[in-house]
Amino acid sequence: MILLAIVLCPLTGALLLGAIGHRRGAAHLNVLISFLTFGISLLLVRQVFTTGPVTGGAEQLFSDGFSAIFVVITGGVGATTSLFSLRYMAIEKAHGHLTPERTRLYLALYQVFVLTMLVVLVSNNLGLLWVSLEGATLATVLLVAWTRTPASVKAAWKYFILCGVGIALALFGTILLYFASEKTLGPGGTALLWTHLDSVKSSLEPTVIGLAFIFFIVGYGTKVGLVPLHSWLPDAHAEGPTPISAVLSGLLLNVALYAILRVKVLADASLHNALTSHLLMGFGLVSVLLASLSMWKRQDIKRLFAYSSIEHMGLATFAFGLGGPVGAFAGLLHMTAHSLIKSAIFFVVGHVVQTSGSQKIPDIRNIADRTPDLARALTVGGLAITGLPPFAIFASEFLILSAAVSRAPWTLPPLLLALLVTFGVIFRRIQEMTGGFDFPVPKPLHQPILTFFPIWIHFGLALFIGLFFPETVGLLYHQALLSVGLTHGQ
Amino acid sequence: MPPPLSQHLLANHLVGFLGSALLLSSFAMLAQRRMTSLVRIFALQGILLTLSTLAVAILSSESHLLFSALFTLAFKVVLLPAILFRLLDKLHIQGEVESLVNVPSTMVLGLGIVVFSFTLAAPISELASTVSKGLIGVGLASLLLSFLMMITRRKALTQVLGFLGMENALFFSAINATYGMPMVVELGVAFDVLVGTFVFGIFFFQIRETFESLDLKHMDTTSME
Repeated sequence: MILLAIVLCPLTGALLLGAIGHRRGAAHLNVLISFLTFGISLLLVRQVFTTGPVTGGAEQLFSDGFSAIFVVITGGVGATTSLFSLRYMAIEKAHGHLTPERTRLYLALYQVFVLTMLVVLVSNNLGLLWVSLEGATLATVLLVAWTRTPASVKAAWKYFILCGVGIALALFGTILLYFASEKTLGPGGTALLWTHLDSVKSSLEPTVIGLAFIFFIVGYGTKVGLVPLHSWLPDAHAEGPTPISAVLSGLLLNVALYAILRVKVLADASLHNALTSHLLMGFGLVSVLLASLSMWKRQDIKRLFAYSSIEHMGLATFAFGLGGPVGAFAGLLHMTAHSLIKSAIFFVVGHVVQTSGSQKIPDIRNIADRTPDLARALTVGGLAITGLPPFAIFASEFLILSAAVSRAPWTLPPLLLALLVTFGVIFRRIQEMTGGFDFPVPKPLHQPILTFFPIWIHFGLALFIGLFFPETVGLLYHQALLSVGLTHGQ
Repeated sequence: MPPPLSQHLLANHLVGFLGSALLLSSFAMLAQRRMTSLVRIFALQGILLTLSTLAVAILSSESHLLFSALFTLAFKVVLLPAILFRLLDKLHIQGEVESLVNVPSTMVLGLGIVVFSFTLAAPISELASTVSKGLIGVGLASLLLSFLMMITRRKALTQVLGFLGMENALFFSAINATYGMPMVVELGVAFDVLVGTFVFGIFFFQIRETFESLDLKHMDTTSME
């Protein structure tokens, strides 16, 4: 029941906003629906962790601890981002960038996007998971091109084509998986259901599953933004409206990595070797290195943080590749922390760009005097994302590094180098933007409480997790990873 | 009662013939320069796909494949080409010709892809229990050929046709490896492709509006970091 509810809530929202999204108050309705979805996701996680995994919708829907954690993150960040986009869009409207029609398109697609991500997470059918992840691309493509500038149309086209190709390869992976599982589970509907696959995973044909996993990691990896399949990501993040950059970075990348991890569990049980671990570690490490080095020359603030997303997703992928209880735990924690912090950074960046009238770093100067609150938020965001204590990313990066020391010590120097470079670049840029010597015209933000509420909630949570990681949450994470079978090492 | 051997052989040859025709159509798309002809080849590929699904259905007596064949006919032979022709008409690009460089080297690369695909698919084919298991390699080869088409072409519409060609190849692989995916998945995929085609359509107009051309080389000059 609850699984159906969590799908129906954003679905109703999408239909409703598609019908009346151009009226006054529609943006508030969007916030309301998003928070309702968040509420249902909290109920779901409670049910999953008290009574065990939930199935529903004629076995097509399923949620265990592992997916429930992602459902809550998606629901939560989806809700706070809807709050941010309320303010963001109000300012855009005041600048005259908006027509009622475009608002309607935006709001309806926002709900469709949340819907598709939730369906990916609660789908028991790995085929429907694919369908839904492709749906997420389709929903966001129009959002990226939403401003209709030449650069945004180009970015959206690139995103569409690259992710389309990627996801087609993942479909081939799904076909191969079905091919292997059909031998044991028989033809028909059940051979792609996770609950059934999970019980026969050790008897799946290893040659086919190995090949399938390669297609999966290349296909879904395109969506995670793993190097060398990442080139759509900075463009889409930089040219789309900022609330969409926030959910792309904070949620969609996670959801795509979630899909890879599900398949990894099946592949590990079938293959009995370290193929999946080595692939994840390789892709992860290359992503971390290349992303951090690419940040040097970035002159666009949104692009800078988009590369930082590639870096962090690379770190999480690497952590899951390391595996073992510590590595997997660190990976999951890192994904959580990154979702919270990166989406909040995009909230700040959105307002920085709006008050500065440009997203080029050299044009953004002296935020500290113009809008001191924003400068403060940006600095805190910089501290949090570069992994300084006491924020949550410090904890997860520390765990990743310590897992790396014990399992693959040779990866330590490149990882440390990458983290150092990112730290240096992000701080230098933030200092350049907050400082400066021009005569500032103060640009206070209206309704500062509403504007800063989602930002400080996210940073506060990241701080809370980093400072006193609640034991219950730690146990839940561990239990989730154990139940899905991700804690096994190589 | 199993069909007599001669009939079996004939159907087997037919399946093989249709598979090679499909592979040929992928090569044809790779080398075709005219927009209208490309859409025609795509429709032809849909017909081949329908026939091959039908042949496999009869040979294996899997009745749900008959439905798949009917669905392919409606979706890929009638609906999608109709949408594409309409787009060509609305955008006034029926007669447009794309200048291609290095057709010979693309073709040689394509041949390499076919060899590679058959090598990769050989162990899978051995494991398969379908009547048309030898054709899994054809599916993979068409997939990669369409992929090659997407990366070598510079026009928006050709890239879309490459994308749809990939989807055809995936469908073909699924039919030959496992007699198709579960129905709910197949319908979901078709839904995505349909929505995708509409989104592509919207895009064409946006690209045209912003760049006054559907040639992606105009997009390349838009400066991005």
